[in-house]
Amino acid sequence: MIEVADLRKSYGRFDAVSGVSFTVGQGEILGFLGPNGAGKTTTMRILTGFMAATSGRVTVAGHDVFKSPLEAKRSVGYLPELPPVYPDLDVTSFLDFCARIKGVKPADRKSRIDRAVEKARLGDVRTKIIGRLSKGFRQRVGIAQAILADPPVLILDEPTAGLDPQQIIETRDLIKSLGGDHTIILSTHILPEVSMTCHRVVIISKGRVVAEDTPQNLTARLSSQGAIRVQVRADTRTAFDALRDVEGIVTVNPRGGDSDHTVLELEPLAGVDIRAATARAIIGANIDLLSLTQVSLSLEDVFLELTTKDAATISEVAPAPIFTPIAASEPGDPPAPPQEPAPSAEPTEPKETH
Amino acid sequence: MSTFTNIGAIVRKEWQHYFGSPIAYTALFTWNALFAVFFQFALTYFLEASMNPGGGMGGPPKPNINEWIFRPTLMNMAVVALFVAPMLTMRLFAEEQRQGTWELLATSPITDWQIVLGKFFGAVSVYALMIATSLLNFAVIFYYAEPRPEWKPVLTGALALLLMGSCFIALGAFLSTLTRNQIVAGILSFCLFLAIWTLSWLDNPMASDPVKVLAYLGVTNHMDDMVKGVLDTKDIVFYLSFIGFGLFLTQQSVESRRWRE
Repeated sequence: MIEVADLRKSYGRFDAVSGVSFTVGQGEILGFLGPNGAGKTTTMRILTGFMAATSGRVTVAGHDVFKSPLEAKRSVGYLPELPPVYPDLDVTSFLDFCARIKGVKPADRKSRIDRAVEKARLGDVRTKIIGRLSKGFRQRVGIAQAILADPPVLILDEPTAGLDPQQIIETRDLIKSLGGDHTIILSTHILPEVSMTCHRVVIISKGRVVAEDTPQNLTARLSSQGAIRVQVRADTRTAFDALRDVEGIVTVNPRGGDSDHTVLELEPLAGVDIRAATARAIIGANIDLLSLTQVSLSLEDVFLELTTKDAATISEVAPAPIFTPIAASEPGDPPAPPQEPAPSAEPTEPKETH
Repeated sequence: MSTFTNIGAIVRKEWQHYFGSPIAYTALFTWNALFAVFFQFALTYFLEASMNPGGGMGGPPKPNINEWIFRPTLMNMAVVALFVAPMLTMRLFAEEQRQGTWELLATSPITDWQIVLGKFFGAVSVYALMIATSLLNFAVIFYYAEPRPEWKPVLTGALALLLMGSCFIALGAFLSTLTRNQIVAGILSFCLFLAIWTLSWLDNPMASDPVKVLAYLGVTNHMDDMVKGVLDTKDIVFYLSFIGFGLFLTQQSVESRRWRE
């Protein structure tokens, strides 16, 4: 339904999008994921014909976006980041205007508007001036506008941004209900949204696709590493010392704690189960082991992993500097890392705790 | 066919903006109030001149209503158009940019030309309404004056006013595409209109050729004949080409956004 081939968009020397390719099948909901500035909005704007690409090819519902823009636009409903609504019009007149410029037949106009109002649950505010509506309602007016002409393709740029939790759930349900009839691309940086609504995810970072898979597979790709998290009653230094000789541990990253206890995350060599050895080493050093849990990577971790590192290192996660000392350790006496491959150029940022 | 429905949809929406906000009412009020003032002045002068007993045998001819009332009023309104046109044009494109509604227009199955023409005719029709309502002032004269004044110069004069104002509107629409701030668009338009208006002052028989060319571009010069009741193709062609050029610039500017953005 949507084919994007080697899409590029440059501003002078800066490439906002550099060689993005993907396809979306009929009735599929594709999640478009990436940090801010990754090129999501730029890509979507090119798909909708809002801006021209520097090079590449985009086909929407069989129409080349650059060669036959009007036909392509007729088959796309687009919700930009900022809902494109006129604050001085009321909801019905706004939708009526949209129906006219989207080429809805005069005879169908009323029924289409009614349907869009019903789907976007705008019934109570039909006659209200858009400028007086809350952000959530304006967003819904934007969605109503996108689905108004019943286009085969919907492109939604952060459809849940700025909504309250109840509205987010409603919007997700709406999007899910639209899938099947419509082919949907939806961009977001809220990760649970992707696993909840999308069939497939394309992760882009710095204008490139770094991963493309189902949400389940993406999570599975990284959760097999068997990282564990331990909470011990000791300071970081002591805990490090205790773990130094455990075989199979590749990295130890402090993950917070206070004067009373320390939390560490341990990443093992691929395929090694380090749980028992770690527990033994801690008890053996006469330290209280408060908890030991397996870290199952969420989509958040996958996302961070993919967007903060090179795509090439996804499968064999690059060893980061280990035994990173924190404030507690004395200067000039850094704990010696065990025999270890050359540290990678960029240190791993401590991941956010979840 | 869909070309006209698309343009019509934009015109309709522009009217909803003009009349859903104070803009149209302010413009209509300002225009009609000033028209009434200028009309009143002209009428007073005319009455004074008619009462003047200096006429009669060998004296100056009796003052003519067309020359003493209609012509000066319409010429004065040309200057008022210069102030009012930016009110109508400044938000045309700037506001769409700022509100993000440009994304809606630009991603709908409608061409840039249809958007530009729709917006132009939307503004021109409000301006035409302003002229039409103000002409009611003249109706009083037609009702009471004996002998009846000529009505043709009034029509050609109103047409001249409409064409001249449309030139401003076409240029103002272009300037509105250059910024997302409608105040900036308004000030730019006003300065440019003022500059174009002053060009007509350069017109004198002794001027050198380049100066004559500049004076020719002063849009108010081309009104003179029409306000007198003379419909010259040369003036019509001038106005239509001026409008066409303004709209062409607008369309080019709108299209180039696709590449700049």
